[in-house]
Amino acid sequence: MNFETTIGLEVHVELKTKSKMFSPSANEFGDTPNMNTNVIDWGYPGVLPKVNKGAVDFGMRAALALNATIAQDNHFDRKNYFYPDNPKAYQVTQFEQPIGHDGWVEVHLSNGTTKKIGIEELHLEEDAGKNTHTGQYSYVDLNRQGTPLIEIVSKPDMTTPEEAYEYMETLRQVIQFTGVSDVKMEEGSLRVDANISLRPIGQKEYGVKTELKNINSFTYLRKGLEYEEKRQAQILLSGGQIRQETRGFNENTGETVLQRIKEGSDDYRYFPEPDIPPLQISDKWIDEVRASIPEMPHERRKRYINDFGLTENDAQVLTSTLEMANFFEETVKQGADAKLVSNWLQGEVSAYMNAQKLDLQETKLTPENLATMINLITDGTISSKIAKKVFKETITNGTEPKQWVEDKGMVQLSDPAKLLPMITEVLDNNGQSIDDFKNGKDRAIGFLVGQIMKQTHGQANPKVVNQLLISELKKR
Amino acid sequence: MAISKEQVTHVADLARLSFTDEELGQFTDQLSQITDMFNELQEVDTKGVEPMTHVVDLVNVLRDDVPAAANPQEREALLKNAPDAEDGYIKVPAILDNEGDDGE
Amino acid sequence: MNYFTNDLTKIHAQLVNKELTSYDLTKQTITALKETDKKVDAFLTLNEEKALEMAKAIDEKGIDPANLLAGIPVAVKDNIMTKDLRTTAASKILENFVPVYDATVMEHIYAHDMVPIGKTNMDEFAMGGSTENSAFKTTKNPWNLTKVPGGSSGGSAAAVSAGIVPIAFGSDTGGSIRQPASFTGIVGMKPTYGRVSRWGLIAFGSSLDEIGPMTRNVKDNATVLAAIAGFDEHDGTTVNKEVPDFTANIAKGVKGLKIGLPKEYLGEGVQPEVKAAILAAADKFRELGATVEEVSLPHSKYGVAAYYIISSSEASSNLQRFDGIRYGVRATDVKNLNDVYVRSRTEGFGPEVKRRIMLGMYSLSAGYYDAYFKKAAQVRTLMKQDFANVFADYDLIMGPVAPTTAYGIGEDVSDPLTMYAGDVLSVPVNMAGLPGLSLPAGFAAGLPIGMQLIGKAFDEQTIYQAGYAFEKATDFHKETPTLGGNN
Repeated sequence: MNFETTIGLEVHVELKTKSKMFSPSANEFGDTPNMNTNVIDWGYPGVLPKVNKGAVDFGMRAALALNATIAQDNHFDRKNYFYPDNPKAYQVTQFEQPIGHDGWVEVHLSNGTTKKIGIEELHLEEDAGKNTHTGQYSYVDLNRQGTPLIEIVSKPDMTTPEEAYEYMETLRQVIQFTGVSDVKMEEGSLRVDANISLRPIGQKEYGVKTELKNINSFTYLRKGLEYEEKRQAQILLSGGQIRQETRGFNENTGETVLQRIKEGSDDYRYFPEPDIPPLQISDKWIDEVRASIPEMPHERRKRYINDFGLTENDAQVLTSTLEMANFFEETVKQGADAKLVSNWLQGEVSAYMNAQKLDLQETKLTPENLATMINLITDGTISSKIAKKVFKETITNGTEPKQWVEDKGMVQLSDPAKLLPMITEVLDNNGQSIDDFKNGKDRAIGFLVGQIMKQTHGQANPKVVNQLLISELKKR
Repeated sequence: MAISKEQVTHVADLARLSFTDEELGQFTDQLSQITDMFNELQEVDTKGVEPMTHVVDLVNVLRDDVPAAANPQEREALLKNAPDAEDGYIKVPAILDNEGDDGE
Repeated sequence: MNYFTNDLTKIHAQLVNKELTSYDLTKQTITALKETDKKVDAFLTLNEEKALEMAKAIDEKGIDPANLLAGIPVAVKDNIMTKDLRTTAASKILENFVPVYDATVMEHIYAHDMVPIGKTNMDEFAMGGSTENSAFKTTKNPWNLTKVPGGSSGGSAAAVSAGIVPIAFGSDTGGSIRQPASFTGIVGMKPTYGRVSRWGLIAFGSSLDEIGPMTRNVKDNATVLAAIAGFDEHDGTTVNKEVPDFTANIAKGVKGLKIGLPKEYLGEGVQPEVKAAILAAADKFRELGATVEEVSLPHSKYGVAAYYIISSSEASSNLQRFDGIRYGVRATDVKNLNDVYVRSRTEGFGPEVKRRIMLGMYSLSAGYYDAYFKKAAQVRTLMKQDFANVFADYDLIMGPVAPTTAYGIGEDVSDPLTMYAGDVLSVPVNMAGLPGLSLPAGFAAGLPIGMQLIGKAFDEQTIYQAGYAFEKATDFHKETPTLGGNN
């Protein structure tokens, strides 16, 4: 029996507003525990929420960037459950009428095709605090409590783990370019839960699904889904039944593990939040938010191809993160050749980032310095061999390249007046090479260039040396 | 539509309340009577009637995104009111996997 | 100070003339309180030391001749958050809870130089109509100490009725200001929803709750409401409307006013004496030049059911935060987290609170939401529409506050259905978010009967105007309780 896989993803994105969703506490954590909290965040008796307009704007911006329709009449609901990091024992969220619905993203797959993945709905809600568990006790920090979130619920449109992976990549990219979130999984500003089920090909109803939770990277998401596909298929083929359960991904074994069996459906007793009047979003408000959306990745790619003559592939890599795209454009603006900038960013810069496990903005490289360095190469001031040293210096220490190569005496020797005496001397001492050259042995030139480079400690401009050598040889 | 003891137990679980058998019996009777009274609402024709969740017609009551400075005194006072706190954290008995749920 | 014969204007004159200081007034008031409260049990916590300090500071600053409320001792219901002053909502779960912030209403109280002398008893979390649901004590009706004072703001009502304070603050979710005012023969206002900030009021039914003043007479009431009303940045459900001087046109009379008397408010279950008092009041209004005509609020009879579904649903959610984690009482000797929740809540809440939580959870639970919560919210729309229909032609609606006068302590508490049915005349006002005033309109067997005046949203002014005219034309408010216990 052959199965068809159905995957749906629920993605939580923390919005980087200055204050919290319903309280004026600073939206910062990782600070002293409970420092950015107030009576609202603690769910004190008698406190009331007040909606942060910035969070609504950001939520709408994300929704519009993901091609969703804004529900002009929407409201908040309470989702009731007890947990130590949930101070009111209800989360204020949007259940009945989320702020956005029916969006989509287009993902590029490895077989060269593209696929449109639907977004069911996007809703605003507040994040919970954080529990730390040690032995007999758990410790609650409410700094994160009330952080604005947007939850993005996909349609069950994905049929392979690769599609899920690419959906996440695209989602992350689009949201990052909107500027409403850092979308970093390792920092928790992007979180994903996956629902996966199998059904025999041709069957209309979906199979029983399992939920994958607490996944730490896109790669683990893909691996977890791949494992789950196999696990479910095996059970079904052996005549078993899938249980509705929550599973986690074990990074060491590459397997998914049972976390919780879901008995019946959860009963969150949703009802409209009486403390918050509804939102009524005018066309004008939507237009204002739409106008505030920065240029999206696909728009930038188009521009890179048309204006800079880059390939589709180059444009794709350069727009993979907002930092990279902005860095690229800034470097070009500083007067460096776009194709060269693109090559450096994809080559040496990326290699350095991977080796050091750093983000672009964590390195010391600046667009100014990269542009200066590239221009030093183009105008022949430094050789590409020297350039590697300069690059290492500037990306490690932030050193200004031009001054540095001068101070270090790394400027390439291109002046014929200085080179000619050396060439004459080398030719005088290597009669055999002159003969070889005359006999058509081109590699003699290589040897002679090498001699010059040796004498100049690599600083001679090989191109100029080459030209001078040939004309001098012809004279002999 | 009388309420069963099982339903009452389920609701008590949701509410994080526990009852003795005797209390449970009493509650079941009382809740049944009260919900019988609730059921009188079924007589009312509410077809096409919008449910009212806010009595005043306010919309878009919003706050500008301006953060307040952290207030260490308030933090101290809040932690002092906690039944158990340690190193600036609220302290609770360990959360086990099978109890509560994390709501997501 | 005799608060039975002295209204705010008279006390204020003495304070301004320096015949009396706020300090002495506060001291006398607290001394008398301690004596009277032995019989009435209106207070849960006294604020003696701070109140005296405050009064002294007000004296030093000088009594503002333009502020009738300056230096006046007041009592505050114990579900209103008072910074550094124990606030329990009459619940064991908050037995030793000391708030770290003040309710907006408290800020208004301080800003107007009123002197809070203590926190008053109530039904636990404001759930009930007798104060018998308090975890700590039952307040007695000053008119007959074997009777309940009503509730849930029974402590505040009794404190004013017994002459302990001239002003007390209550909260009203389904009648909790008006019904005890009616039972104790005082004036109690439930303002329009959105008129007074709920910031710092321990939430019961968030879409219904409102704080209001309880006083001995109508004009004082109007003065106090003006002091605590208004838009609040902290409460997104307050309305940004100018607060008028409610006393400005108070003596204008009722000539030409059109008052509706809903036939449903004098139906079955209303005690004959209560009905007679309201009909007599209608005649009085006619005599004073108003038109009183029978009107209909056809969905009234569904009010209790719809109200109990909505208020209990909201309460079940609002009271989840009392979980023993961040504040309040955590059960001891707990084995695990679930124990913290279940034991703290089971030991911390009284039976009525548990009943409401159970009702609310049930009404919201999977499979019942549409039949209960949603249906009740639809009926609520119809109830509001009923009022709108009447108010298209009338300026005010009048009726009783409660079907009966105060009942005996212990009489009703065991039967929730009977107790809930007593709210039939008071809950529609909360369901529609309207202002409603209770004022003395008669007596039956030595117990006060209250009349209810209901106005259009944000039209407390017309209510006060009519109430004042009625008060001037009658003597009911001049009667004083005996603090006796005759059966």
